[in-house]
Amino acid sequence: MASFVKFTINGKTCLAEEGAQLVEAAKENGIYIPTLCNYPGIPPKGSCRICTVLVNGIGQTACTTKVVEGMTVQTSTPELEEFRKSVIEILFAEGNHLCPSCEKSGSCELQALAYRYRVTVPHFPYLFPKRDVEAWHPKLVKDHNRCIQCKRCIRGIRNGKGQALFAFGKRGDKVVINIDPETSRDISDALAQEAMDMCPVGAILRKEKGFDVPIGKRKFDRQPIGSDIQA
Amino acid sequence: MAKKIIATTSLAGCFGCHMSILDIDERILDLIELVEFNKSPIDDIKTFTKECDIGIIEGGCCNDENVHTLLEFRKHCKTLVVIGECAMMGGLPSMRNTIPLKECLDEAYLNGPTVADCNPQKIIPNDPDIPKILNRVYPCHEIVKIDVFLPGCPPRADLIWDALVALVTGAELKLPYTTFKFD
Repeated sequence: MASFVKFTINGKTCLAEEGAQLVEAAKENGIYIPTLCNYPGIPPKGSCRICTVLVNGIGQTACTTKVVEGMTVQTSTPELEEFRKSVIEILFAEGNHLCPSCEKSGSCELQALAYRYRVTVPHFPYLFPKRDVEAWHPKLVKDHNRCIQCKRCIRGIRNGKGQALFAFGKRGDKVVINIDPETSRDISDALAQEAMDMCPVGAILRKEKGFDVPIGKRKFDRQPIGSDIQA
Repeated sequence: MAKKIIATTSLAGCFGCHMSILDIDERILDLIELVEFNKSPIDDIKTFTKECDIGIIEGGCCNDENVHTLLEFRKHCKTLVVIGECAMMGGLPSMRNTIPLKECLDEAYLNGPTVADCNPQKIIPNDPDIPKILNRVYPCHEIVKIDVFLPGCPPRADLIWDALVALVTGAELKLPYTTFKFD
């Protein structure tokens, strides 16, 4: 039987299985920690830094932190909230995020975080990078303009043989997430949909699909992201 | 209480945001009790005849006339409000920002598939009366200081209404979740 540990989040005593991921442990205790590159069930990456919290007073990403007995966690201080806003702003300024023309709008997690934090314009200049749209894959479209390099797709999507569909190329600010033409050629519609759903933004889209949920009924039209965990 | 004076303009926008202002429907009758319009396409006043309390900007800056107008608004309006995605981040016109200007003009006037034979002299329009196009589309806040941002494509009429009421009455400006949208 798993042993439970006691710790506090924002002063509230919480219980979780020892070694549980802090994001999940907080969720089970009814506390929302904003995440973006993290996705339940796939290995955490800690790349977007949105989930940064104070653990015993030190900032670290909650998706890569395991709970231990007696730890004190703060998920929301003015500094943390400002930091999260900045991360969202950087992501908007760094790519070409044209929400009005994006199929994922209304169900996009980056947009939803911007809504939650009421981000209007970034404090950073828009870079307007030149990026491609790969529309030649049989089942998927890869729009590099919208990609935030969270690498969820690399970590989470495999074909029937266990081969990865996505891989990254180049390094640093030139990094691109590519679709492998071989392993992605004969994927099922269900897997294509899974890839589209796993992408937090509109960078991976199913071909011949989109705009099927009307405005007002999309995932984040009425309720802020995280409100299913913490009111 | 003296009526607040409002000016509005559409820069590199589609006038959709102005349509959204009109979407406040019969509340426009209440608005007229509270405010007076100066330079605006709504009353067709072309140049500022008074100093204004609130300037409402739709669209980003894609040419030198847009920049001139925006600077005029900053000069004559106490509070500048930008409405819509184009004003906030360039919007759809900014899709040209990743392509060098010369390539855009060549495609539009010389080599594009719809140009065919209709430009036999191969002229890229250069009349001095035509505003000069900028190297890229600029969001308004990258040109002048902006006080209030109302996102949306277009911003929901209720968001515009709430913001106008707050600005006119001096109440706190709230951005309700259900009307704070980027599309």
